[in-house]
Amino acid sequence: MQWEVVIGLETHAQLNTNSKIFSGASTAFGAAPNAQACAVDIALPGVLPVLNRGAVEKAVKFGLAIGAKINRKSIFARKNYFYPDLPKGYQISQFELPIVAEGELTIQLPPSTSSGQGYEKTVRITRAHLEEDAGKSLHEDFHGMTGIDLNRAGTPLLEIVSEPDMRSAAEAVAYAKALHSLVRWIGICDGNMQEGSFRCDANVSVRPKGQEAYGTRCEIKNLNSFKFLEKAIEFEVRRQIELIEDGGRVVQETRLYDPDRDETRSMRSKEEANDYRYFPDPDLLPLVVDEAFLDAARKTLVELPREMCERFEKELELSHYDATTLTATFDRAIYFDRAVMSLGNKNAKLCANWVTGEFSARLNREGKEILFEATRDKWLLVDPASQSSKQEDLPELPISPSQLGKLVVRIADGTITNNIAKKVFDAMWAGEGDADAIIEAKGLKQVSDVGAIEKIVDEILAANPGQVAEYRSGKDKVFGFFVGQAMKASKGKANPAQLNEILKKKLAG
Amino acid sequence: MTLALDDVKRIAHLARIEVSDQEAEGYLKQLSGIFALVEEMQAVDTTGVEPMAHAQEVTQRLRDDAVTETDLHAAFQAVAPQTEDGLYLVPKVIE
Amino acid sequence: MLNASLKQLSALLAEGKLSSVELTQSFLDRIGQLNPSLNAFITVDREKSLAQARAADELRAKGGAGALTGIPVAQKDIFCAQGWLTTCGSKMLHNFVSPYDAHVIEQFNRAGAVNLGKTNMDEFAMGSSNETSYYGKVKNPWNLDAVPGGSSGGSAAAVAARLAPAATGTDTGGSIRQPAALTGITGLKPTYGVVSRYGMIAFASSLDQGGPMARSAEDCALLLNTMAGFDRRDSTSLEREKEDYARDLDQPLAGLKIGLPKEFFAEGLSADVAKAVEAAIAEYRKLGAETVEVSLPNSKLAIPVYYVLAPAEASSNLSRFDGVRYGHRAPEYTDLLDMYCKSRAQGFGSEVKRRIMIGTYVLSHGYYDAYYLQAQKLRRLIAQDFVEAFKHCDVIMGPTAPSTAFNIGEKSDDPVSMYLSDIYTIAVNLAGLPGMSVPCGFGGNGLPVGLQIIGNYFSEARMLNVAHQYQQATDWHQQMPGGI
Repeated sequence: MQWEVVIGLETHAQLNTNSKIFSGASTAFGAAPNAQACAVDIALPGVLPVLNRGAVEKAVKFGLAIGAKINRKSIFARKNYFYPDLPKGYQISQFELPIVAEGELTIQLPPSTSSGQGYEKTVRITRAHLEEDAGKSLHEDFHGMTGIDLNRAGTPLLEIVSEPDMRSAAEAVAYAKALHSLVRWIGICDGNMQEGSFRCDANVSVRPKGQEAYGTRCEIKNLNSFKFLEKAIEFEVRRQIELIEDGGRVVQETRLYDPDRDETRSMRSKEEANDYRYFPDPDLLPLVVDEAFLDAARKTLVELPREMCERFEKELELSHYDATTLTATFDRAIYFDRAVMSLGNKNAKLCANWVTGEFSARLNREGKEILFEATRDKWLLVDPASQSSKQEDLPELPISPSQLGKLVVRIADGTITNNIAKKVFDAMWAGEGDADAIIEAKGLKQVSDVGAIEKIVDEILAANPGQVAEYRSGKDKVFGFFVGQAMKASKGKANPAQLNEILKKKLAG
Repeated sequence: MTLALDDVKRIAHLARIEVSDQEAEGYLKQLSGIFALVEEMQAVDTTGVEPMAHAQEVTQRLRDDAVTETDLHAAFQAVAPQTEDGLYLVPKVIE
Repeated sequence: MLNASLKQLSALLAEGKLSSVELTQSFLDRIGQLNPSLNAFITVDREKSLAQARAADELRAKGGAGALTGIPVAQKDIFCAQGWLTTCGSKMLHNFVSPYDAHVIEQFNRAGAVNLGKTNMDEFAMGSSNETSYYGKVKNPWNLDAVPGGSSGGSAAAVAARLAPAATGTDTGGSIRQPAALTGITGLKPTYGVVSRYGMIAFASSLDQGGPMARSAEDCALLLNTMAGFDRRDSTSLEREKEDYARDLDQPLAGLKIGLPKEFFAEGLSADVAKAVEAAIAEYRKLGAETVEVSLPNSKLAIPVYYVLAPAEASSNLSRFDGVRYGHRAPEYTDLLDMYCKSRAQGFGSEVKRRIMIGTYVLSHGYYDAYYLQAQKLRRLIAQDFVEAFKHCDVIMGPTAPSTAFNIGEKSDDPVSMYLSDIYTIAVNLAGLPGMSVPCGFGGNGLPVGLQIIGNYFSEARMLNVAHQYQQATDWHQQMPGGI
């Protein structure tokens, strides 16, 4: 039987506010246990929540960025359940009336061996609502007890719920990456997956191809890397298909992905039928977003990915493919934009080729990704597979956008050949300095002096009489041999066009 | 609507209140009496009436996004049942 | 001094004829003497109170005194007061020394008032008789076999027995007005949102409101001037201009239109209460008021609506008492779930558990629409009845409670009959309106009767004027329990 996979994602993005969603405690990561858990966060008797304007602004910005409907009136509700990291015994969330409804996000699927040609797809976003994060349970052994740290309790979250529109793990990852890119792009979330600022739950089901009704779904909780998201879905799909094919039945449940074993397993603690007893929080009044609030939020929105993509096509005359590839992730898009800006918007195509070509290949080879830290205006290198490093500890990216721009300029103005440029790039990556300094120090300037090239050619023709005779007898293929020899002799610096012309002339006799 | 003993036990579990069988019987009797009183509500046609969640028709005030709280965990934990290294301790949580 | 009004005490302090330390000392002595038989206070801390009194005297010496500087005020044990045991009448909080002050406490501290101690109350304010307190029943000073009403029964008994010149209370369904009526004192529940709920341990958030309890309307006005005020930490606190609630006390009542809801004078009202209330209304006519019959047709639904909404909110509000961060934790348990269930079973008394169970049930899956949502819709209809009634009158009057104080134990096994003691007060909370109880005579058993005055939103100053003029013409509020 042919199976179709159906995936919907629920993504929790921590909003990068200074203070918590309902209290004035700091949201900074890494403080001593409970040092940032104030009276409201630990739910002392008698304390009350007051809503943070910053969290509302960021939620509205997100809604605008995905072309969603912003609900002018939204309601905070209590989701009641007991858990030690949930101090009030309820989580304040939005239930019936969320702040953001009905948006969409277009994702790019690159060509690949499994999916064949690349394609675009629009994923519908059902809703996005504001809620508070819970604290953390530390399971290290405290004499057989669990330690509770409530520093994270009350951190604002935007829960973004997609429709079940994705049909493969690759699509789910592309959606998650696009969303991750977007929340960082519009500056509402730092996207730090290691610290849990951006985490996904995946609802996965399978159905026979052609069947309309959805199969029974399982929810995989707390996937905090794209790799885990992909692997967890792939495992879960296999598990469900095997289960059904063996005559079993998928049970709706919450599952946890275990990266060490690369499998999902049922979460016992969530097995109990949940009855959250949602009701409107009487401590919080209806949240009303008026036109002025929307306008103000609109003004703070930067150029969005789809707008930047259009600009690249229109103003820089890049192909749709190049433009979408370049704007697929926030950091690379900003990197390219800054590089091409340093070039005064000239040589955009050449610059694009370098960013999507040599630059990307280099990152892939090293298993690294670039990270733009807007607050410090710094470019960093991050290892997506690593779980630990703090942003302050990350190494800087060796080639800044304007440095890449200077390299592109030297190719465009004929100072170096494209091949030589790769050597310069490697030297820049190794931290040897700017393009010009490297070209100068290593003497890599292209030789365009006719006399110098003629001299090299004369010597080669003199040293290889046999090949000259062959060429002259009609064996055109030998021409390449002379080009190679001449380039070698010039250490790759000979201007290729000039060299061809001179060779042809001299060989013709 | 009639309440059964199982309902009482389910509610007690949801509310995390331990009840003995005998206590549950007592609750069943008292809660049934209260729900009989509450049943009077069902007779009223409320079609088209907007639910009233708050006493005043006002909207949520917003707080500026500023850190105003300091570290008071020592004072807060002075009244805590069990703590260690700044953490609240609870019986082992099993995921 | 025991019968002096706050204004008189304030004058004595201002003239230097009395120090706050002397005043506080004398009330502390009286508490020491009479509290064992009344059980009106859960916590008395002479040292803390006297330290505040000394500070008040110093403030006065420096010329910084206000109307309440140096005046001892008893605080209902629902208000968190830094360094004070704050129990809310529950075993759950038997060891909870609050690390912070409620807004109301801050306001009194700022005014230089003295915290005279924390008064007894029904556990988590759930009760109408003060029999549900973990710290023992409170006795009615007029008859030690009778209840003082609840939940602010400790405050009411303290003021009635002259253990405190004034006290605070909170009112979710009648918890200021009903005990005020049953003990012969004056109590005011303000418009919802006038007094901040910050630091006032929540029972039912959309109904709870703090207010003053004292011997006269004039004293209540002075207290409310201190208690009321905008507080950013409570989202439901209303941002309004500060007002002087005593400003209209002396206005004549000629032309006042009093609405008398026919539903308040029907079946269920005992004859002696009806007689006293009618006499009070006759007195108002003498003072120049007119009366007009109004109707609150949905008020009969107030009790069922309240017993859905209040327990629903309470069940959620009381989830934070889980034995993790403060309060009672069971000494023995097998695992986390067992720790929760035992701590809460041991920490909460039976009335609190009953209401948590009701609330959990009405919010649970499958019952929300039939109970909670239906109750919210009926709440609107109840509130609209008042809007309609206030088109025809300035204030509404009627009985505060259907009978005078009943005996201890009389209703404690029958929750439904207990709930009916709030039949005239609950609708006011549902609507968010201000309500008062003013002593207006005595019943057949010699126990006090309260007249309820319900005002339109934010009409506290007018209500206090209406009450004050009555108290100028009568002396019911000056009667003192004989036995003590």
